[in-house]
Amino acid sequence: MTDVIAGGDPDRAAAGSSIGIELRGIVKRYGGAQALDDVSVAVAAGEIHALVGENGAGKSTLGKIVAGAVLADGGEVRVNGRPVTFRGPRDAIREGIALIHQELALVPALSVIDNVFLGVEQGKNGIIDRAAQLERFNELAARIGFAQPPSAPVETLRVAEQQKVEILRALVRNARLIVMDEPTATLTRIEADRLLQITRDLRKDGVTVIYVSHVLADVLALCDTVTVLKDGRHVKTVAAKGETIDSLVTAMLGRAMDLVFPARQPPPPDAPVVLSVRGLTRLPAFSDISFDIRTGEIVGLAGLVGSGRTEIARAVFGADSAAGTVEIEGTPVQGRDPRTGIRRGLAMLPESRKDQGLVMMRPVRENVSLAHLKEISWHGIVNGAQERARVTEVLDSVDARVPSVAMPVSGLSGGNQQKTAIAKWLVKTPKVLLADEPTRGIDVGAKRAIYELIHRLAAQGLGVLLISSEIEEVLGLAHRVLVLRNGRIVAELPGERANEKIVMRAAFGETGDGKAA
Amino acid sequence: MSRTETAPRPGLSVGGVVEVLRNYAIVVSFVVLLVILSATADHFLTWINFLNTLESGSIYGIVAIAFTILLIVAEFDLCSGAIYVLTGIVAAKLQPELGNAPALALGVVAGLLIGIFNGLAVTYLRVNSFIATLASSLMVVGLGTEITNGFQLYIAEPSFGVLGNGKFLGIDYFIWIFVAFALICGFILSRTKLGRWLFAAGGNPEAARLSGINVRALRIGAFAFSGFAAGVAGAVLISRTGTAIAGDGLADVLFPAIAAVVVGGTSIQGGRGAIWRTVLGIFFLEFIRNGFNLLEVNPYYQAIIQGAIILTAVAADALSRRST
Repeated sequence: MTDVIAGGDPDRAAAGSSIGIELRGIVKRYGGAQALDDVSVAVAAGEIHALVGENGAGKSTLGKIVAGAVLADGGEVRVNGRPVTFRGPRDAIREGIALIHQELALVPALSVIDNVFLGVEQGKNGIIDRAAQLERFNELAARIGFAQPPSAPVETLRVAEQQKVEILRALVRNARLIVMDEPTATLTRIEADRLLQITRDLRKDGVTVIYVSHVLADVLALCDTVTVLKDGRHVKTVAAKGETIDSLVTAMLGRAMDLVFPARQPPPPDAPVVLSVRGLTRLPAFSDISFDIRTGEIVGLAGLVGSGRTEIARAVFGADSAAGTVEIEGTPVQGRDPRTGIRRGLAMLPESRKDQGLVMMRPVRENVSLAHLKEISWHGIVNGAQERARVTEVLDSVDARVPSVAMPVSGLSGGNQQKTAIAKWLVKTPKVLLADEPTRGIDVGAKRAIYELIHRLAAQGLGVLLISSEIEEVLGLAHRVLVLRNGRIVAELPGERANEKIVMRAAFGETGDGKAA
Repeated sequence: MSRTETAPRPGLSVGGVVEVLRNYAIVVSFVVLLVILSATADHFLTWINFLNTLESGSIYGIVAIAFTILLIVAEFDLCSGAIYVLTGIVAAKLQPELGNAPALALGVVAGLLIGIFNGLAVTYLRVNSFIATLASSLMVVGLGTEITNGFQLYIAEPSFGVLGNGKFLGIDYFIWIFVAFALICGFILSRTKLGRWLFAAGGNPEAARLSGINVRALRIGAFAFSGFAAGVAGAVLISRTGTAIAGDGLADVLFPAIAAVVVGGTSIQGGRGAIWRTVLGIFFLEFIRNGFNLLEVNPYYQAIIQGAIILTAVAADALSRRST
């Protein structure tokens, strides 16, 4: 067990019955991926306890397990020393534990007060006692400084106000422990500061808060205790007082890389620029993005979730509209739509192969040939034999193990689906590949194969823009790394000089060694 | 690595079994029905009876073919029944002034235009296709009533009936039209670029768009074709009967057409389906009716059984989706 540093403020404990929670040996798997591996954490009653870690470290999952929103595969949860089993959020609420989601879970068309009391309406025989509800509402609203009219539809409120509605909802349910999952992710700085103050007020009232966030400055300013997770494992639980952003980042990155990346072969210094992006802007996602990619070069785009990585790739490809120019081999791409992009030699491996990359119920063959049917058809009629030959050829070239090209893609493993999604862009060799999370949700062996494939494509003269939430992956593959924060490029680092610490610092907003913002 | 078109999948899961059932249920059911009816009903397996089946299935069959394409792009058209009726009204109204062929052609054009309108409403106004076509169907029915003033139109001119009654090689023209629709659409879906695009647009519109496909144009095209097909079916009917009266055409064409498509196994969720399925579905439903008539089964039971079959077909589709 880890040591716990309690909130330890005597007048805090006096303000009502506080809840402490203890997690022992929590295990959670999603498909093949181990989200949490034997994690034990104790959260003392009345403290604000932060969960931090890289994207995918398991911090959100752990928070959701506490609130019953996700069920653990193994381990024990104790509330004030008593073992409990949560089969859903209702069970957790009964214990006084509520979750405030990253994506708010309100009914947009209902009024503020109806949302607050949804499911716990006060009254008799199914008739709501509006007066009693309003009284209770006003009392709680005053406590957290919520000033909107209770009759306003939730959808008319700003996100920050909606978040307060969520907090009211938790309070109305007598929550004594609130899990906040990335609560400031969508707030402005001023709104975020106000939320931090509300959170402190909650602590004063004896409410325990588990605060999941990647904004380390907030964590240090707000929390009593910090737990660091890495790859689903517990790294340390320490008092926030003794920590710095630097020390937390070091702990979050922790041990050495698990994966061996193929040796980098940098493009020749005289390699021509294949993709040139200038002043690309699409508010509020990103603004004034400019960069070049040379033939044979792999450029990594690093940054936190929501920093604008995916949006930039989509805009370059033409999937979303954006201001600015995109040039391929010196000629601007006219018209911002995928068809034009494809014709000019752009290829995009989208973030989600299931939702954006593949037509899951259709055969492998049709998926691979979909974007390049012109190459294998005659007056609109698809040449079946030619198609089969070409599809088989590209599937072989990416080493996809497909029992039959006639079977639906949904029948393949994640790794083979991803290879199929890549193969689709190789029917006609593109000039630039925009690879967004190329190894998401696939096993280590398949990852390695995809790394090698990306290197091989670069060696063949493609320019590659690589996006990954796993910083190790960007560092291990890219010749050059661009770091994004809030939709802007804040640092540009040559691959050999970049390390995780520098990238993370830049991404988190600490001035790094690169061209700092 | 062996990779062939016909290689069986290793090991069938429960989901796999449901999938196979869904895929070939219509074939198995069709064969079973064929065997039972051949054995029990004396006049079932005759050329005349086969032609009768085709005759009663072809008109709504034309609509069903177009409906199949619409379902494949994950859209729905409740308006094609109303278009079918309106085409007859337009043709009957114009025939005295313009003559047979122009009147019928303009009727079909009216259907095509309404189809395009539906497509635009669904794609540009982003109205759910169910609601959009329900609304336009009301408008079309109202238009028909306005044109006819609620009366029945009647064309006595015998030459007007050529399209609906004429025969080639002893088979009605409209059966040939149905066969042509089925063959052409079947070819397009299974062999052409356009067919691939339609499946992709229905199966995963975002993936299709990111593959450079104009999903919106495909949707509009599918609605236009549905309107056109309903127009052709309506033109055949007015020529065949010579009478037109305002109505929604639901029971005459739309319901049987939808039934044939879903019984055949085309998915109501889009992305999966085939013309041969719809053709089998038409035959299947017609054989049931035909066979029951030969066996003198109470017509009420026929309707109940047909309803149960449709429910089973859609449930099988839903099940196969849940398990994949």
